[in-house]
Amino acid sequence: MMATYPDPMRPQPYTVRRRSKEMGGTFTLELAPTDGTGVPPFAAGQCNMLYVFGIGEVPISISGDPTRPQPLVHTVRTVGAVTRAVCTLKRGAVLGVRGPFGSAWPVATAVGQDVVLVAGGLGLAPLRPVLYYVLAHREQYGQVVLLYGTCTPEDLLYRRQLEHWRARFDLEVLVTVDRATSPWRGSVGVVTKLIARAPFDPSETVAMLCGPEVMMRFTIMALRQRGVAEDHIFVSMERNMQCAIGLCGHCQFGPTFLCKDGPVLCYDRIKQWFGKREV
Amino acid sequence: METLEPLLAAHPFFTDLEPRFLQVVAGCATNGRFPAGAFLCREGEAANQFYLLRHGKVALQIGVPERGPVTIETMEAGEVCGWSWLFPPYRWHFDVQALELTRVLVFDGQCLRAKCAADHDLGYALMQRFAQVVVQRLQATRLQLLDLYGVHV
Repeated sequence: MMATYPDPMRPQPYTVRRRSKEMGGTFTLELAPTDGTGVPPFAAGQCNMLYVFGIGEVPISISGDPTRPQPLVHTVRTVGAVTRAVCTLKRGAVLGVRGPFGSAWPVATAVGQDVVLVAGGLGLAPLRPVLYYVLAHREQYGQVVLLYGTCTPEDLLYRRQLEHWRARFDLEVLVTVDRATSPWRGSVGVVTKLIARAPFDPSETVAMLCGPEVMMRFTIMALRQRGVAEDHIFVSMERNMQCAIGLCGHCQFGPTFLCKDGPVLCYDRIKQWFGKREV
Repeated sequence: METLEPLLAAHPFFTDLEPRFLQVVAGCATNGRFPAGAFLCREGEAANQFYLLRHGKVALQIGVPERGPVTIETMEAGEVCGWSWLFPPYRWHFDVQALELTRVLVFDGQCLRAKCAADHDLGYALMQRFAQVVVQRLQATRLQLLDLYGVHV
């Protein structure tokens, strides 16, 4: 008998169980399948296509805990028509979900090594599942460092969680903002500046980066300067993702399709296309 | 008698500086400490020194009318603060305030300028280090100007 697989192009209806505001225009939604079945397992770094009926579909990284996939958690920032519609969905509203799609952060490769996460702005959302996973398996890793940069203190994503993480003895969290007025007493400056002072052994480190591409370019330079190998640096890339199954080609990045081969890619594999204007 | 040379040698700013230069530079240095809230320098005042941060954190600030002091950058242990002592008119362009107890090595700018003028090899070695700091800060400022994390549609 032939096995049957769910159609990856067919959205499954999910209900909004909870919606919380993170900061201006950014919301976190907790979703559950409307038919009562469980959320399919996902790996840290994967994304889903969220479909607001009658409006359109957007790829959004999963920002929940991969070790506890119920409910499905997405953090979304209002940027265009679809994300605006997603962000205005109230509790009980139904939307379509396809996925999970794409590659994952190399949490298995990083076992036995130091883990450095570098997040810029909303880039913390796709990296949060890594932190959940690594903290759930804390004894398997060396130093774990989160370097987070954002625009102003008011733009800190998951602020309460950041404070909780900072209080842990087994995790180093360094936060910086691009500009600040008092009473902010934390660091001010670009996130790349944190790399020099972060406690990790560059020869035994896996670095995972997520944020604006320019930020990642400069972060890679700083990591390389510190001595982290190119094949130990992983980035989450973003392009116009539409079908999410490698058919339409909208998200092509050099020879890779980000929906299928990405979004998480090893820098060593893509460096010749990274930062190229035409790609 | 204990000298400041070991402290200088341990600071990243002087990594790999020749020992003979370290000895000369140490002659212009003293230890200093600033409690939280104290100012290391104020905009417009004479810039007669620079600081190597050994411990603590300081904020580079500029006063903006109706907004109060705006922090442009913070600096921590291992960093260098101040290059206005190098160039005329030798005036600070910003305020620098200690955000927490901060321990520093204070360098007398006039003393060091005289020694650099007398020994151009020392001057070159110092200028190389300061130029690198200036370039790094310039690149960082350019990135900050991009407003990378904002919504751009």
